[in-house]
Amino acid sequence: MATKTFEYAPGPNLAALNDDPLHGEIMQLSMGPQHPATHGVLRLEVELDGETIRRLEPEVGFLHRGKEKTCESLGWAKFFPHTDRLDYVQPLMNNIGYALALEKLAGIEVPQRGQEIRVLLMEISRIAAHLIYLGTTAIDLGAVSMFFNTFKEREKIYEILDAYTGHRMNNTYVRIGGVFADVDEELEAHLRSFLEGFRGEVDTFEKFLTGNRIWYDRNRDVGTITKDEALAWALTGPNLRGSGVEHDLRKAQPYSGYEDYEFEVPVGTVGDCYDRYLVRVEEMRQSTAIALQALERLKASRGGEVLAEDRRYVLPPKAKVHTSMEELIFQFKIVTDLSLPRGEAYQGIESSKGELGFFVVSDGTSRPVRCHIRAPGLYNVQAIPLVAEGRLFSDMVAIIGSLDFVMGEVDR
Amino acid sequence: MTAPDPANAAPEAAVDTAPENPTETRVRAALDGLEVSFGAAQDAIVCVEFERELLHTVMERLRDSAGFETLTFVTCVDHLASTATEPRFEVVHQLISLAHGDRVRTRVRLTSDDATLASITDLWPGAGFMEREAYDMFGVRFEGHPNLKRLLMPEGYGHHPLRKDFPQQGIEPDRLYREWDRERRKDWNPKES
Repeated sequence: MATKTFEYAPGPNLAALNDDPLHGEIMQLSMGPQHPATHGVLRLEVELDGETIRRLEPEVGFLHRGKEKTCESLGWAKFFPHTDRLDYVQPLMNNIGYALALEKLAGIEVPQRGQEIRVLLMEISRIAAHLIYLGTTAIDLGAVSMFFNTFKEREKIYEILDAYTGHRMNNTYVRIGGVFADVDEELEAHLRSFLEGFRGEVDTFEKFLTGNRIWYDRNRDVGTITKDEALAWALTGPNLRGSGVEHDLRKAQPYSGYEDYEFEVPVGTVGDCYDRYLVRVEEMRQSTAIALQALERLKASRGGEVLAEDRRYVLPPKAKVHTSMEELIFQFKIVTDLSLPRGEAYQGIESSKGELGFFVVSDGTSRPVRCHIRAPGLYNVQAIPLVAEGRLFSDMVAIIGSLDFVMGEVDR
Repeated sequence: MTAPDPANAAPEAAVDTAPENPTETRVRAALDGLEVSFGAAQDAIVCVEFERELLHTVMERLRDSAGFETLTFVTCVDHLASTATEPRFEVVHQLISLAHGDRVRTRVRLTSDDATLASITDLWPGAGFMEREAYDMFGVRFEGHPNLKRLLMPEGYGHHPLRKDFPQQGIEPDRLYREWDRERRKDWNPKES
């Protein structure tokens, strides 16, 4: 048998090069901004040595629409539809994060039933967002049928949201002080049947992937992030938990009554792509459990208010707007010229990508001074070079998929 | 029921007499000996204000002594509209402690003619994009940042869009293009322009 000889000694980080016949040829590659594997308009400047990534620099901003500036010009109330377009696979989650920040600033208490509906919507959104992660990552790694399986389930969620909010995407359904309308019994029944069936579907996804040799080899020990690195690089959410840090804002700093729900926080051990995959799959199961608990609570609180009664900040019910002069005036006043108290507030929520935060500053007038959006996806993009440098180019596709970001939120 | 009238409300209680919260005690102990002042916001997060020279020391002590492991965001607020006086920029850093489950926010005021601040990328490399964004949007320069360039706006863009004196409708790309084009033509034919 002929033995292989190597012309080049492997460099410090380039142990994987031994089999690479192209080693030594440096190539500059511009990947994106229109590349299917970059999950949106992300450009990666890659310097390749054969198949190995020597240097990588992400370039963002191709989808920058100036959301923060838009908030300053539109005012607090009219910015709600724009929050949908941040992380556009989970619009309701963004709505709720923004509403919670404004409620904190104004000191508004959301009624019990309003909070329960919010929890339900957030968990449904989380499932939908994780399904996108699973489908797109799997199709990038060659498992095309997974994409159809996950999108079939996601389609069911969108049909339910369509029936409830009137839109499949970009729902804009949350208001300051609660949600726009109540959940009726028929919708509850649809949700329940979906959620009960979804448990089995998650098991099917796992049957496809978890023990799959190709999936395992492409993900295990790829893109390993240690605990300390994850903290230093400001990673949050499943990316942080995949590295073994048990931190979930729903447990650590509960909002919307999450302290009353029973659920577990899945944590990884190694911090590679495979761990992050396992964490997200388990989160789908936990989200299903939380949503079912929320449905139970909704059964008990039927008939309760879903929107707070505070005519300084909260929109009046639509039925009253059509019949009462005062309510019409309040409606007009709040939509055109809502002013919040002077001060600043920050609210972070556990979105599917990590900590989604809104930092709002008001000077007491109807013009916002600042609305900073702490988008978790931006820091997930920032971590790509950390794990991709020194790895093979094909690993980068797995890494991009497993870090999970949406460019609408990254670029704002 | 009548809402309390803000004009007749009691003046803000002095911070020293208020019951101490555990976060504030921890932060005070960590920042002992530094000239900082404490405040609170509507969201009950402890806020610390200080001069810009102290930033790096404060951040280091908050991380190592007070146990704030990770950085949540770095951003800037332009107070031009409300105060119309210098210093107009307020750079805000917010940290979170996973072990204690609390947050702290720090504020540094900067003037527009000298908007520079120490970078904390050596403490948290994750601050890299955050500081780049603040530089891009407000023009605050972070000294010691390894790669301080624009993050969201295109390279060579001459403005900082989130400043209050940047027009809300933006500066049209075609006008920008014309300006760039005129500059470019100067090199070819100095008689033009």
